[in-house]
Amino acid sequence: MGREEKPQRQHIMHLPDGFLDAKTALLSTGVAGAGVGLALRQVRTTLEPRQMPMLGLAAAFVFAAQMLNFPVAGGTSGHLLGGVLTAILLGPAAAVLVMTCVLIVQCLVFNDGGLLALGANVFNMAIVNACGGYFVFRLLKRLARMENNRATVFAAGFAGWFGTVLASITCAGQLALSGQSPWSVAFPAMALIHILIGAGEGLATALITMAVLRARPELLAGGQAGCLPHGQLLAGTGEAGALRPARSAGFSRQDGLGGTGGELCASRPRLLGFGLLISLGLVVFVAPFACPWPDGLQAVAKALGFAGQAAPPLIKGPVSEYRLPFINSLSAATAVAGVIGAILAFIGAYGLARLLAPGLDAPKKDAPSGN
Amino acid sequence: MRLPETESRPCTLLHRAPPRVKLVAALVLVTGTALLPRRLGPLYLAPAAVLGGLWLASRMPLLYALRRLLLAQTFILGIALLSLLSPSARPGFPATLSKSNLCILALLVLGWTTPFPELLLALRRLRLPSVMLTTLALMYRYLPVLAEEARRMERARASRTFSRKRRIAWQNLGAILGRLFVRTADRAERIYLAMCARGWR
Repeated sequence: MGREEKPQRQHIMHLPDGFLDAKTALLSTGVAGAGVGLALRQVRTTLEPRQMPMLGLAAAFVFAAQMLNFPVAGGTSGHLLGGVLTAILLGPAAAVLVMTCVLIVQCLVFNDGGLLALGANVFNMAIVNACGGYFVFRLLKRLARMENNRATVFAAGFAGWFGTVLASITCAGQLALSGQSPWSVAFPAMALIHILIGAGEGLATALITMAVLRARPELLAGGQAGCLPHGQLLAGTGEAGALRPARSAGFSRQDGLGGTGGELCASRPRLLGFGLLISLGLVVFVAPFACPWPDGLQAVAKALGFAGQAAPPLIKGPVSEYRLPFINSLSAATAVAGVIGAILAFIGAYGLARLLAPGLDAPKKDAPSGN
Repeated sequence: MRLPETESRPCTLLHRAPPRVKLVAALVLVTGTALLPRRLGPLYLAPAAVLGGLWLASRMPLLYALRRLLLAQTFILGIALLSLLSPSARPGFPATLSKSNLCILALLVLGWTTPFPELLLALRRLRLPSVMLTTLALMYRYLPVLAEEARRMERARASRTFSRKRRIAWQNLGAILGRLFVRTADRAERIYLAMCARGWR
């Protein structure tokens, strides 16, 4: 039961100190600070006092979940990162706070990830991974013409993959921007590794989401509605529109899946803030390299000018970013691998949802309140 | 899972120093080290000397530090290897390695001399928002509890399923973690009620 049992952290998105230069560390700390501030404001306005403990407990849950190893081929094993999962379960704003706290404790207590690089890590893992993945989750769930639970599992699987890959790309951008390793090396290495890691993350995210759906569907209602960080989490009602449902201290549980009617009402501007931050990060960290212009600073200035006009930059960002780097063949090959990976992840998530989701209906109707 | 604090500590001057000062000093030290030029030179001796002195003053056991430094090497090397692949960044390799290790050493001394609850107090004095503080405190409190719960569930699973098939292992783990989340949510409810019973807010 000693320290030896601590899992090895194979993912290399946790940037240690000493890799980023001053400008990159400052830039990413600024963007991350803005994101955390936004999340704090949203959580303050929507969180009931009774939901306060859930944030801390969820952070401990992410940490504990990272201790269980999923077997991968050849005796190696990987573990969950948990950003996208947290966002799906609790909503994006709460997920940003939860992941930030996880990163702070990992840095200060377990020396996992640097102090100066904390801002960069928060930006990659809490904002890009969690919110970027959550955005894709919401988008897919709305577009998928499937039965509700199946769509959730499918979207969760793909979002888990997507968030991981997106975060690895901003991480590569930060490394390249600080001159640690050139983009033509960092991008293929990080992206290719995380296309594979992302497959495991997506699968685990889908499986865990399904397990929660099966055991206690109303726990997911908060994340699905998106209006409240985890508004119905404890109250468990379907009143998606009412931020503070008036009720006494009793924790009565009803089936929360009926209450997602007000889905997009309050949540669109909230997601928009995080979307803007993510695209800002992509523009600052990735655009200078992915664009054909050689001069980095000039490219940033140009791209920043761009950012004002581009209306839906969140989904445009990664796509155009994948297509552009024809600078050398390795980057191009990585881009192709990314597209193929995305298609495979899409098909895989769909197959997973078809395979697993039929089993969801029976327990949900019989015992909506779980144990 | 054991948190580092549970090990016995000496009571040196550094242990008694105000945590806020230590936190800020660590931040300054890490920043200074990380911003050194990317060439190994005599400049690197300065943070090394400061850290060496602090190490001696804090009476941190060698084994304690080495084990944690070793654990950190895997991901430092992972990223540092990236710079070896390109000729332009290659000269920075030893410098980057020393920088990272010095920074980790700074955090190790901080962690050795300052238990996390004291760091939380320091963060409060530095005006970290209260939502974050409560979350951090609760997380730290329930980390061993939930880690133990996860291990217990995993052990129960291992003693009941004998399949070595990977598909089943993944499905089982997914189910375990899903159930762990449900239990976490239930625990959060109970904790809230307990907090209220003790006069929180």
